[in-house]
Amino acid sequence: MARLNLKKSRINRVRKLASRIAEDIQKFIEPHSTISVERTVLRLYGVDGMDLQQIPYPNRVVDLWREKGDISMGISRPFAEAALRSGKSALATARLLADGEIGFTGDIARLARADVRRKEMAMAKDAVKALALSAERKRRKIKKTPLPRTPWRYIIVATGNIYDDRTQARAAVHSGADIIAVIRSTVQSLLDYVPYGATTEGFGGTFATQENFKVMRQALDEESEKAGRYIRLVNYSSGLCMAEIAACAAFEDLDILLNDSMYGVLFRNINMKRTFVDQYFSRLICARAGIMINTGEDNYLTTADAMENAHAVTASQLINEAMAKKAGLPEDLLGIGHAFEIDPAIENAFLYELAHAALTRQLFPNSPVKYMPPTKFMSGDIFLSHGLDTMFNLASVATGQGIHLAGILTEAIHNPLMQDRAQALDNINYVFNIARDLGPEIEFKKDGMINKRAAQVLEEAEALLEKISCEGLMNAISQGHFADIKRGPEEGRGLDGVFVKGPGYSNPLMELLER
Amino acid sequence: MEKQMIKPYGDTMDDGLVQLSFTLPVENGPRARKAAQEYAALLNLTNVTVADAKKIADGFTCFVIYARASAALDYSVIRATEADFPKMEREDINRKIDRELGRRIVVVGGAIGTDAHTVGIDAIMNMKGYRQDYGLERYSGFMAVNMGAQVAGALLLEKGLETGADAILVSQTVTKNNIHIRQMTEFMTTLNGRNMRGRFILVAGGARLDNDLALRLGYDAGFGPGTLPSQVASFLAQNVIKRHGKRGG
Repeated sequence: MARLNLKKSRINRVRKLASRIAEDIQKFIEPHSTISVERTVLRLYGVDGMDLQQIPYPNRVVDLWREKGDISMGISRPFAEAALRSGKSALATARLLADGEIGFTGDIARLARADVRRKEMAMAKDAVKALALSAERKRRKIKKTPLPRTPWRYIIVATGNIYDDRTQARAAVHSGADIIAVIRSTVQSLLDYVPYGATTEGFGGTFATQENFKVMRQALDEESEKAGRYIRLVNYSSGLCMAEIAACAAFEDLDILLNDSMYGVLFRNINMKRTFVDQYFSRLICARAGIMINTGEDNYLTTADAMENAHAVTASQLINEAMAKKAGLPEDLLGIGHAFEIDPAIENAFLYELAHAALTRQLFPNSPVKYMPPTKFMSGDIFLSHGLDTMFNLASVATGQGIHLAGILTEAIHNPLMQDRAQALDNINYVFNIARDLGPEIEFKKDGMINKRAAQVLEEAEALLEKISCEGLMNAISQGHFADIKRGPEEGRGLDGVFVKGPGYSNPLMELLER
Repeated sequence: MEKQMIKPYGDTMDDGLVQLSFTLPVENGPRARKAAQEYAALLNLTNVTVADAKKIADGFTCFVIYARASAALDYSVIRATEADFPKMEREDINRKIDRELGRRIVVVGGAIGTDAHTVGIDAIMNMKGYRQDYGLERYSGFMAVNMGAQVAGALLLEKGLETGADAILVSQTVTKNNIHIRQMTEFMTTLNGRNMRGRFILVAGGARLDNDLALRLGYDAGFGPGTLPSQVASFLAQNVIKRHGKRGG
């Protein structure tokens, strides 16, 4: 692949700075937990379903303990005590607790601490086993129906109805899609619970529920067999329930999760403390279940200018990588994001796009970097939009991107129609085929525009990382260093769900996942 | 008024030529092509050419069609509005506000209801703006408060009152099942319920929105896709000054 002339010392320097920034955030994360993290523990212990008021049992149980007990202890120990006393499954115990048949307090003293610990450990070990099994099932499927060549063609479906999504997904696979993402309903990132069951109505997307995951994964398993290549399934571990969604996704063998708390802070106004803590646990789960994460740096460029802010993308990518490594994610599960969003009116914009794309590729050589299509300058002129997408496709194959999100000619008009996806994939297949080995055939001129641009972006990223490592990431976000959006550490949704772990805090599941 | 009959133009006047593309839920083949042709005929199109027929999924075929439309339209009776005001440049707007109002114009805005998309409101309000046209935050004549996405209507109103806003900008990107119309109507109901409709200049913006729709829902103006911040700024400056400007200033 055509290589940029990047200074090795500078690459080492930016990684070191990013790692220092992640270290700093980790110091905040460790003494904190959230109600969503605790609900995730319950889900992984086997609690699912919802009560007659349609409140999920994980929420019911955690809320009860928060109200009547001491949330700073976490949910694991009191729940294990309740399970010991009920002598029933986790699910049945949760129901008994929610229905008031048994209480959290009362008999605790009768139970030996060691017995409770043993019960906690047993449930946690089963959970870890379940996560590892999911990774193993995926490995087996990929062995049987191999992964196609990169760039992998990533297509979005978003009808609101999981059964219609399924039809759309099958059609997309027919036209060449390798990855199917089900866009979530627009309200979901702000829901402080995970909806339940198969759903047929949503706004601008389909609710992420464990049952919907199952419906789609089954359809894609059939399609994989038919197509002879493994079709991956994507959903969103973002918003207020990052870790819970990761748990549901692991149970249903999802392959990729959008997972980027910076995105939640900036674009969904999620409180940063809440989401940094949630993200860490969600990434621990992904690492164990073999789920690839995708980060959302591309979004910065939808609000901020792609030339002026390219360095913020690079800086965020490096920070995201450093935080992911802290959660044990290997490089091949890091789908670092970026985008093709330079104003098409700028002369030589394509050269700068090549520089940015090659920079991301070269900074993360072992990661399946994820390249997002133009959206900001798509106007409704489907013919010109198709032209922009063609150039995006060329940039992607020429720079060897990992995941290629299909640009759709009707961007900015409506959710893609079946025929829109087919046009998009025809365009991709055409360009990828005629330029398949263009990348390895070309060299970037030593002091040419592309090399200069990439060097400049990396240099600016270094300066920004220097600044952030001095100020701290939370302060940097407050100052509007990313996407021109300012968010304070006490602002945003979900802060009331964050708590300091008390001396009695227990979460053996997290301990096992951290090992 | 004299009638002015028009038809689509291909390469000669009144040839009525249209291009269209659609998908039928049938397997591709001679029957499918024939069905597409017949369907176009049902749409009152003549000289139908099925330029392309392609299988896009099991049981679905997508067609590209060229045909002649027979209907003609009297253009002389067509009326449409667009927010009507002279467009000005940023520095001129700032000067005008300074001279004729003598204070900054306060604007609050957000994507209301369930809408999670800030791309529109950001393009208009944020410093950066859109297509080399700076956003309201960059204007010395404006104080712009962008509340972001999924803002409850009541909250937006509260912010408007708290900041003493002259204008409220409402953004709607998601339009599935006409949710944008429902949410814009709800916001209007919120304002009316508190007798606040007259208190603000109300501007709506969105990808599937136009001035007609906004006016119909009771807003003062509506801006569609491609709108530049300076257009909104021009509209606001002129209308706020009309309301509160120094007389004879």
